[in-house]
Amino acid sequence: MQLVLERRAERSGTIALVSPLIAIGLTIVTMVILFAILGKNPLLALHAYFIAPLTDGYSLQEIAVKATPLVMIAIGLSLCYLANAWNIGAEGQFLIGAVAGSWIAVKTQGTDAGAWVLPAMLVLAAAAGALYALIPAICKVKFGASEILTSLMLVYVADLFLDYLVRGPWRDPHGFNFPTTAEFDPVATVPLLIEGGRLHLGSIIALLVVAAAAILLARTIKGFEIRVVGAAPRAARFGGFNANQLIILTFAVSGALAGLAGIIEVAGPVGHLQPGISPGYGFTAIIVAFLGRLNPLGILIAGLFLALTFIGGEQAQIAMKIPLDVTKVFQGILLFYVLACDSLILYRFKLVSSNRQVPRGVG
Amino acid sequence: MELVEAIILAVLAASTPLLIAATGELVTERSGVLNLGVEGMMIVGAACGFAGAWLTGSIFIGALFGIVAGTMMSLIFALMALGLAVNQVATGLALTILGVGLSGLIGAGFVGERITPAVHLSIPGLTDIPLVGRVLFGEDGFVYFSIALVIGVWWFLYRTRAGLILRACGDNHVSAHALGYPVLRIRTLAVMFGGACAGLAGAYLPLAYTPFFIPGMTAGRGWIALALVVFSSWRPGRLVVGAYLFGAVTILQLHAQGWGIGIPSQFMSALPYLATIIVLVLLSRARSGGSTAPATLGTVFVPDR
Repeated sequence: MQLVLERRAERSGTIALVSPLIAIGLTIVTMVILFAILGKNPLLALHAYFIAPLTDGYSLQEIAVKATPLVMIAIGLSLCYLANAWNIGAEGQFLIGAVAGSWIAVKTQGTDAGAWVLPAMLVLAAAAGALYALIPAICKVKFGASEILTSLMLVYVADLFLDYLVRGPWRDPHGFNFPTTAEFDPVATVPLLIEGGRLHLGSIIALLVVAAAAILLARTIKGFEIRVVGAAPRAARFGGFNANQLIILTFAVSGALAGLAGIIEVAGPVGHLQPGISPGYGFTAIIVAFLGRLNPLGILIAGLFLALTFIGGEQAQIAMKIPLDVTKVFQGILLFYVLACDSLILYRFKLVSSNRQVPRGVG
Repeated sequence: MELVEAIILAVLAASTPLLIAATGELVTERSGVLNLGVEGMMIVGAACGFAGAWLTGSIFIGALFGIVAGTMMSLIFALMALGLAVNQVATGLALTILGVGLSGLIGAGFVGERITPAVHLSIPGLTDIPLVGRVLFGEDGFVYFSIALVIGVWWFLYRTRAGLILRACGDNHVSAHALGYPVLRIRTLAVMFGGACAGLAGAYLPLAYTPFFIPGMTAGRGWIALALVVFSSWRPGRLVVGAYLFGAVTILQLHAQGWGIGIPSQFMSALPYLATIIVLVLLSRARSGGSTAPATLGTVFVPDR
């Protein structure tokens, strides 16, 4: 017996809709097995992961806070992936955005700079993220260098650069030698939406980004070009669409969004620049983009779901001493199932006995 | 003179994991499969390799653990990318994300533990020869194995019928299939070989390079190995040159810190990554006339039975 793939005559629309749900279901089954192997009660663990965070207001806010960078980055990545450009370095663009925005915060610290500080930080962070993303994009377009490898190498460079700044020139002199800048001034901080809560303005910005991307893809020529270049490169060439130009554009937009997410995270929930500001948001956002089927609304939902796994993972660690790395394993397995289920959209699985030869015409 | 010898020894040690991982990936890519999960397979190999050596007290068994772990990871990739015809780029990324998590989970219990690292060869007389003795006859077993591995792969690819068939699968899977070769089976074997090598390369780090395990200890070496395959134009001979060049850059930054050059250490640490980008750009530019990559690299193949 042998498993054989048979190409469907057309994409299965039903499966395209339910495949993320099948993937989540399969992931949860796999997690139950993993919990059992770790010697934890699977039902209690699932409760800690997926139910408990949904039952109190603080955790719900925390989910929205975690989903904010994930959704913003994933929206940008989805534009790249739709145009068949592989930006893998969003983590680096996130860090560079955080660094660039923090520059203003650090330089204006303790002065009575006005309300222009935060907007200027956001703009500079987005610009820096875009420029950082343009390095791999230009290397790709001009020289044909793999954007996957170059964008990834720049993640390590950004990480080291941030590390240098907070250990060297930007270190808080009153910080007991910890590698961190001083807490940002109130004018350099993203305002909270609820007094004393955690939810901040960044979540609103993320929602605006989702809406903008939905309009771009559904209602504009550029959005149409992006989708055609990715789905049918040959047709796009005949249509006169410039694939290289779209690589530059989508990389710049996704870099800008990642950079913006970086400064919002630092000037919002974190409050200062330090190493470890990202628990791998740039990489988790890749999963969010695929789980959301590269669709803005889908990405919003997927972002909230992945944020739930971060918060649930923390709660499971506190309540049941389940290692935090289980969250990363969960996210990795989820991505595998999402991709595998996507295969069902294009192919039908068939079991055939291996010695049977089916004569066929030229397909 | 002792300094020169020390530097050469350090360069060889730093190059060996890159060489092993890149050699495996070269075979995988020559069969037409782009497995971007090298970093993930390596890091799981590092955790399992250390666990194996710590539990049994044997470096050899630790290395075997690393090989098995890398192979298992590569089988997940093969199932997805070859069995289910999923996009290879996305699958490779998923493999790395999963590998980082798994390695943290497996290795958590071993952080802070130490083992006795792999012993270095010592042949009385030969190893004592000044200058060349230690370099040629005083390495750990992994270094000699990596050289043998590259020579073996070169011989396999260019001097055996099986190697010819493997290259044919990479250059034109439709023709190879039409001639009756089992493309997917050959590719699966090539992916497994790549996984075994990546796992061993990962295991090298805690077993010979440093005698302990820390999470994330591969530090992007898997990605550099991938870049090395491009650097080598998919040829084993050039791979050796590339791996040793990169090992040299890695060691250069360590020694530059020791010499007290007034450059912040983080900038020196960024050197290997920056070097990778520069090399990729220069090579791709030089090669703009025609790519030397296997023609069907990274493309999905679903046989029509």
